[in-house]
Amino acid sequence: MIDHILIGLARFLVGGRPEWLGTQPSLRQRIYFANHGSHLDTILLWAAIPTRLRPTTHPVAAADYWGKGRLRRAVALDLLNAVLVDRSGGGPASGQDPLAPLEDTLQSGHSLIIFPEGTRGGEKLPAAFKSGLFRLATRFPQVELVPVYLENMSRAFPRGAFLPVPISCHVRFGTPLFIKAGETKEAFLERAREAIVALAEVN
Amino acid sequence: MDPTLVTLFIGLIAVLTTATLIGQILGRRAQSTEARATVDNLNARIRAWWLMVAIFAVAFVFGKGITLVLFALTSFYCLREFISLTPTKAGDHSALAFAFYVFLPLQYLLIAIDWQSLFSIAIPVYAFLLLPVLAVLRHDTDDFLARTAKLQWALLLTVYCISHAPALLLLRIPGFENKGVLLLFFLVTVVQASDVLQYIFGKLFGRHKIAPVVSPNKTWEGFVGGGLAATLLGAGLFWITPFTPLQAAGMALAIVLAGFCGGLVLSAVKRSMGAKDWGRMIEGHGGALDRMDSVTYAAPLFFHLVNYYFAV
Repeated sequence: MIDHILIGLARFLVGGRPEWLGTQPSLRQRIYFANHGSHLDTILLWAAIPTRLRPTTHPVAAADYWGKGRLRRAVALDLLNAVLVDRSGGGPASGQDPLAPLEDTLQSGHSLIIFPEGTRGGEKLPAAFKSGLFRLATRFPQVELVPVYLENMSRAFPRGAFLPVPISCHVRFGTPLFIKAGETKEAFLERAREAIVALAEVN
Repeated sequence: MDPTLVTLFIGLIAVLTTATLIGQILGRRAQSTEARATVDNLNARIRAWWLMVAIFAVAFVFGKGITLVLFALTSFYCLREFISLTPTKAGDHSALAFAFYVFLPLQYLLIAIDWQSLFSIAIPVYAFLLLPVLAVLRHDTDDFLARTAKLQWALLLTVYCISHAPALLLLRIPGFENKGVLLLFFLVTVVQASDVLQYIFGKLFGRHKIAPVVSPNKTWEGFVGGGLAATLLGAGLFWITPFTPLQAAGMALAIVLAGFCGGLVLSAVKRSMGAKDWGRMIEGHGGALDRMDSVTYAAPLFFHLVNYYFAV
């Protein structure tokens, strides 16, 4: 019920209908990775995944934002089915591995939605990726890595804004990729980023 | 619903039925890929017309309130399409929020409560002055004039200009009380018929392009033939208006000419932003603003002509 209201409102304000260009919705285990510029990203990408796939697809969300306050926490955990990660990292000394909850989710056979830039930028094209995607791709080489370009979300609802404004947004799914044997971290991360850049130029 | 409107909608249904049948026949005859594409586009347009006429009929049945909501939504989608194609920056966010959430509803609310004097100046005076203030508070001077101008244009065309169509319901014309909806019907029918007839005349007889760079489909043959046909149609509708047949023809001609200019100017705006269509909302037609571009110019002109010559 609430999910329908939220999706209906989002569609009315910013559109965001999915465009499956390089692949189709599938039950296969996947990591959707996308550029990140707005809090709308998580909601619209989640809304773009067909209903039947949503229970097993988990957006990765920052605990310092989505974990705060009862409403936000309820939206993140109960509605979006999110996995919360601690971005402060803590480093190895704290004994906390920020990627551990993600690996647990993949271990259970479920899919993830991640934003490899780690934070929201305001540009059209994504910034350099953090290494998390490389680690997940190496540990789970059978999982399809699906690039997703999120267009206009950072214009509709930029950092620090109070309300989203109605600007048409698009969610474009590209062709799945896999890590190649012996591919270095830098080469892989750049290839993954290029896959999103290519989707940004589709018109 | 006004009994005249029932007659008019029955007439529209007859026209659309004929168009649908012709579309089917053409579909069977089309051989080449190019002809197929043209016919498919034609049939998609006709299907969309059925839907648009149905929405329009429902609004008219439920009266002024729903008609205003319909036009407010139309403005909303047109403004969204305009802004989506315009490169705005984070610094424009508050100004955009005010345009969408304050000035758009306010404009239609003023029509609902019959406040004609404020309706005429809310956007050209208050929004004009306030929106740049909201943007300047964000301390981003890059392209400030261009960004401000784009938002002003967007709001004026998609909200202020389009709202003049339902504002016809505000006008008090002696001997024509509570029949503003018929003027609205007259305006929308002539504008849209002009677009359709220019398209048909252009496809059939088009040779000489008017503005190949801006709008490659517009030809002199289409413009003159379609424009005259739409003017005659307007004259033939004189009986639903307070006009004599000659006055109705003059009004229709003004609507046709204004609508043509609107189509041309908005096409140039669209192309300056690198797009061919404003959006993909209506199958075969492009976006909502592709269908409303002529209305943005025709509605204010028609409103003021009627107001000056016929209203008290």
